[in-house]
Amino acid sequence: MAEQNTPILSTDALTKRFGGLTAVDGVSIALNEGEIVALIGPNGAGKTTFYNMVSGRMTPTSGQVLFHGSDIAGKPPHEIARAGIGRSFQITNVFNELTVRENVQVALVSHRGKSLRLFAVLGMDRALRREADEILARLGLESMAELRTGTLSYGDKRLLELAIVLAIEPEIVMLDEPTAGLTPEETRAVIELIRNLRAERPYTFFITEHDMEVVFGLAERVLVMHRGQLLATGAPEEVRQNPEVRRAYLGDEEEDSAA
Amino acid sequence: MSRRAGLITALIAVILVALWFLPAWAPYFYIFVAAEILILGLFAAGFNLVFGYTGMLSLGHAAFFGFGAYVTAMLLLHFDTPLAFALIASLAGGGLLALVIGFFCVRLTEVYFTMLTLAFGMMVFSVAQQWRSFTGGSDGITGFAVGSFGLGLDLTLGNPAVYYQLTLVIVTLAGLCLYLITISPFGLILRAMAENPERVAFTGIPVRRYRLYSFVISGAFSGLAGGLFAPFTRVASPETLHWSQSAEPVLMSILGGSATFLGPFIGSAIFVLLETWITSFTDRWMLFLGIVLALMVMYLRRGLLGTALDRLTKRG
Repeated sequence: MAEQNTPILSTDALTKRFGGLTAVDGVSIALNEGEIVALIGPNGAGKTTFYNMVSGRMTPTSGQVLFHGSDIAGKPPHEIARAGIGRSFQITNVFNELTVRENVQVALVSHRGKSLRLFAVLGMDRALRREADEILARLGLESMAELRTGTLSYGDKRLLELAIVLAIEPEIVMLDEPTAGLTPEETRAVIELIRNLRAERPYTFFITEHDMEVVFGLAERVLVMHRGQLLATGAPEEVRQNPEVRRAYLGDEEEDSAA
Repeated sequence: MSRRAGLITALIAVILVALWFLPAWAPYFYIFVAAEILILGLFAAGFNLVFGYTGMLSLGHAAFFGFGAYVTAMLLLHFDTPLAFALIASLAGGGLLALVIGFFCVRLTEVYFTMLTLAFGMMVFSVAQQWRSFTGGSDGITGFAVGSFGLGLDLTLGNPAVYYQLTLVIVTLAGLCLYLITISPFGLILRAMAENPERVAFTGIPVRRYRLYSFVISGAFSGLAGGLFAPFTRVASPETLHWSQSAEPVLMSILGGSATFLGPFIGSAIFVLLETWITSFTDRWMLFLGIVLALMVMYLRRGLLGTALDRLTKRG
């Protein structure tokens, strides 16, 4: 196809300043359709800020975020979600008071344009129920559908987050440290799961991650940020060998508090 | 689960039938008590759509309740409007006022939202009290007659028993309507927003706009309750607009349980019955209400109905 070389998402000199501090300084990246890209960097490198600007959680000071060629920088989260970019959060962000199925249904109701149905009974909408259960099954959560989410284990909540993201059928799946706080087995399961998901559909994954095992086990391309700038980009092995990257990570300790 | 739902439905049906025949077996006085419980219960349930379901504490809902009372009172006084149409106007008026006030309030969240609703509530109260030529000032609107109901129904609304039964029917229908909203896909979005608005936004919902929708629906039902209240008390007074009136649905929702649909109705019953009972031997009923409320908040935090349902489902 002719569009093969056009990135699905790119940023152009994306910048965020907080008063005198430049958290993200003119970062330009490109994501190609269907690839798994990891964004890494020491604490305080600006990756969370960058990530938040792409997903609409923060408004950039300057620069562009191009999704399918049109600028979405500064648009509110709901518009970016509707355009086809779904994201999860580093801190578990599920609805504890709702059932597991209802958690997924929140996203489905929104995605299917049913959110203004005031006099339909949610429990009687078979399509919403079937679709929610299918998504839960893809993540192995189907047996928990009726449980109140607050009773789930931490690992299952993280999976449920992923289910909520998938429910809006995003083209780009942004996962903010999807394995944070998980045991090594759970982490491996998540890696496997993300691989399987990508095999099912041409999702583009854009992941931030601390765990290097995840980064090198999963990512096809790695972006390294340091002090608000893009330090390196390339295949995991290239990046690992990059002397500048090594220096940035070794110097990490002193900069831990500079978030 | 569905057996429990059936049991609750049957219980509600029994209570409604008993309430319908209340004038036949209870002392006259209790018709007034029951009517007040129903009307304030509807007010509290309407309020609770914003409070319990959408997670926003409004301290300005008396504006919608009182506005509804004035709309019906004025229509009856100046135009002899059939009551059915006056009530529809109160419903629409409450919703419209909520649209205007809510437009500004939903921009803010948490305590700032609450403060702004309180401020708007006070403004509406001041207007009603000072625009004497139109609103009757602190006397309010009195001397209106409740004539026909309209819609081809021949009801003797001057008879308190008939007015009470009409109130029961309207509150039941309005309550059913509100209940349907809470179990709809829209209701799910509201409940999700109460817990985590940001997560909802990232599924593609413009959260602020949905807060406004909730606020408008809530204001409309509060307005309808006010419309029923004016003919009941024979007056639309500025007191129905006062901020202390805004506190009532808050207390009722908490007393009954804001996480349950019927909680505000139960809370209204507790509130009105306590008031009736305690004022019969002391004027300081607020002191006793305060004690009851303090005990409830300390020991039955999810309200009477909420706690009872928790026990039934053995939910932590």
